[in-house]
Amino acid sequence: MGEKVFMKGNEALGEAAVRSGCRLFFGYPITPASELAEYMAYRLPQVGGVFIQAESEVAASNMIYGAGAAGKYAMTASSSPGISLMQEAISYMAGAEVPAVIINLIRGGPGLGDIQPAQSDYFQAVKGGGHGDYRNLVYAPSTLQEAVDIMPLLFQNAFKYRMLAMMVVDGLVGQMMEAVEFKYDIDPDSIPVPDWALSGKKMHGGTKNVNTSLELDPNKLAAHNFKLFEKYQKVYENERMFEAFELEESDIDVMIVAYGTAARIIKTAVKNLRAKGYKVGLFRPITLWPFPDKELKEYAQKTEHVLTVEMSMGQLIEDVKLSIFDPNKKYHLMPYPGGIVPTPKEVEDKVIEILKGGAK
Amino acid sequence: MLKDVIFAGFGGQGVMVAGQILSKAAMEKGYYTTWLPSYGPEQRGGTANCTVMISDEPIASPLTHEPTYCVIFNNPSFQKFEPMARKGGIFIYNTSMITEKPKRDDLTYIGIAATELAEEMGSVKATNMILLGALTYFLQDVVSLDDVIAAMREKLGKKKPELADLNEQALRKGFELAKEQAK
Amino acid sequence: MGNLQVVYEVPKIYTGPNHYCPGCFHGIIHRVIAEILQEEGWDDISIGIAPVGCAVLAYDYIDIDWFEAPHGRACANATGIKWAWPDRLVFTYQGDGDAASIGFAETSYAAIRGVNITTIMVNNAVYGMTGGQMAPTTLVGMKTTTSPYGRDPKYAGYPLKMAEHIAQFEGTALSVRVSAFDPQHVLDMKKWIRKAFQYQMEGKGYTFIEVVSTCPTNWRMDPVKAAEFVKNEMIKVYPLGVYKDVGDEKKEG
Repeated sequence: MGEKVFMKGNEALGEAAVRSGCRLFFGYPITPASELAEYMAYRLPQVGGVFIQAESEVAASNMIYGAGAAGKYAMTASSSPGISLMQEAISYMAGAEVPAVIINLIRGGPGLGDIQPAQSDYFQAVKGGGHGDYRNLVYAPSTLQEAVDIMPLLFQNAFKYRMLAMMVVDGLVGQMMEAVEFKYDIDPDSIPVPDWALSGKKMHGGTKNVNTSLELDPNKLAAHNFKLFEKYQKVYENERMFEAFELEESDIDVMIVAYGTAARIIKTAVKNLRAKGYKVGLFRPITLWPFPDKELKEYAQKTEHVLTVEMSMGQLIEDVKLSIFDPNKKYHLMPYPGGIVPTPKEVEDKVIEILKGGAK
Repeated sequence: MLKDVIFAGFGGQGVMVAGQILSKAAMEKGYYTTWLPSYGPEQRGGTANCTVMISDEPIASPLTHEPTYCVIFNNPSFQKFEPMARKGGIFIYNTSMITEKPKRDDLTYIGIAATELAEEMGSVKATNMILLGALTYFLQDVVSLDDVIAAMREKLGKKKPELADLNEQALRKGFELAKEQAK
Repeated sequence: MGNLQVVYEVPKIYTGPNHYCPGCFHGIIHRVIAEILQEEGWDDISIGIAPVGCAVLAYDYIDIDWFEAPHGRACANATGIKWAWPDRLVFTYQGDGDAASIGFAETSYAAIRGVNITTIMVNNAVYGMTGGQMAPTTLVGMKTTTSPYGRDPKYAGYPLKMAEHIAQFEGTALSVRVSAFDPQHVLDMKKWIRKAFQYQMEGKGYTFIEVVSTCPTNWRMDPVKAAEFVKNEMIKVYPLGVYKDVGDEKKEG
């Protein structure tokens, strides 16, 4: 433990889940997430775990729903079209307060789209996706090491708050090889079985547990919704994560907002612009829900120009504007749809253009 | 310090594994490194490339759009990457497979008949190692030939021990040829 | 009173009253399951999966752990639960629309994979809860709200025979079709459900019990007529019997 290994991203994500204490994986093949299932099929039997290849993403997500309700760490991984098929189980899990972890390697859409890195499922991940009023914990690491480092947190918070934790990355993270270090190895037997788990009455004092998302009485369902939102408020207060990169000065020429792969690439642009004397920094949300809105607003006080760079057509920028909520700021958008990844040069040119007053 | 390298050719030519070996060698030396494949739906026969970044600080972007080092295995990749290569960069290409002629005067071209040489040495499978050996000559400030040989043995030695000796010869051959041409 | 004996007692873990219509077999089937779990001492280690359908509230009627599934997904949920707790008794309780239409893939794959769970599928030839629409099991010519002129094979094809379908898979340990239209058949049903649970506890594979049942309300019949319809019409199309039994029990008819 603790040594660096040179691994493919998808395999490292799988290993991170195993070391987080996860012993149940239910999956269905899809590019660019398949290597994660392949790795789990190889790895889980070595540690007494179970890998099941489901008949569809619908079934895979319903299997983690069952396993989560049974009180065990369970996970699936997929990419955009597959995640669309999982929205049924995701909504039900929110209603029934069932924890589980889903890794989403977003690819270009809509429809079959392509298989290149994208962020076009931002709304689907943070605004719902399935039916009903609910939230998921959504983590968007920008490097493989960060993804590995936060993996235990996804399982722990999913169980702490009884809700789904989703990690959104993309094929670039999944397919890339990089040195990673695993700083933890959690024994699944050390993870307590929650008292709400479906495990047979004898496990919890002889009183039956029922796990359901059904409540036919509107007053009771309303109360349940209020209860869920009290929980989400707690999550919002406790779990917002972000990185402020090169934003120390009190006056910043341009603040870029980006997450995930786009943010990783933009760090190069920030360095290059800094070398040329521009005061440019990056605000990087790590949790997309809860969104670090207070912090973003605070950093936005330092600048006139806020440039959102996203691998989608203007989804992140909605939350950026809502967070800052100041019509006097100048908001700029660089959208990269379809699986196109920004280059540092393009972002550098855009920042210079903004500061020359040429951009709107 | 940031070294950005592109390996490009047809799938099945050992393009990906050559990049992985370089990246692994750099990691063993304590550098930050990334290996990123371009991937498509095809498993074999399509064009394939990978980008290797090596740095002494954390790597922000794992992509390069102006590679300093190019290792080119086929004509389509020559056509694609020659215009993109960074001014003053190193452009290594396999003349056994490539009929294109160099067009720029601001690159150092190293043309090696790597497929023919590999055949003479015993197997066309060593083609990629000849080209990687040639590249290693230009990257000695980060990895030595011995480092790359060690990484190759760890990566390929277990599965194909019989090929490891041939691959080592190939790496040494490529290194020597690059040294001669670079003079 | 001294010479009176208790000859039958409703099982303690069978909790009601239930919401089922008069003449519906759900109540009988629930009671039989409760009897078996209590008699065998399995109620402490059982997890039931309730469907979307008339039995959606099954979790209120048997005092064991329950999971309420999305429509059709019971066998997928059960697969997750079973792998979380392989030594527990896990069963799905589903209707024909749930298990054989929207959940056809999930049910079939539980059998194909040989998941060590039990499915009890209640076949009453209609969607009951939603108001009597056509099911995959609706008889040819049978009128429902979505086949007002009778099920026409030209558009709707033919009745789906799940016990036969499930029997074909190597992962299936037991596939039986039973009914509950008279006391003898209730006893027979109990015998086969008990056997299915026993096989599961022995790790034999997937076990499937189809119960040919009634829907007096949507069939527009009184309870007696509905039971007679099962006896005289339904089991012509859905013959009772053992379609697969790895324990090699003789086929009963």
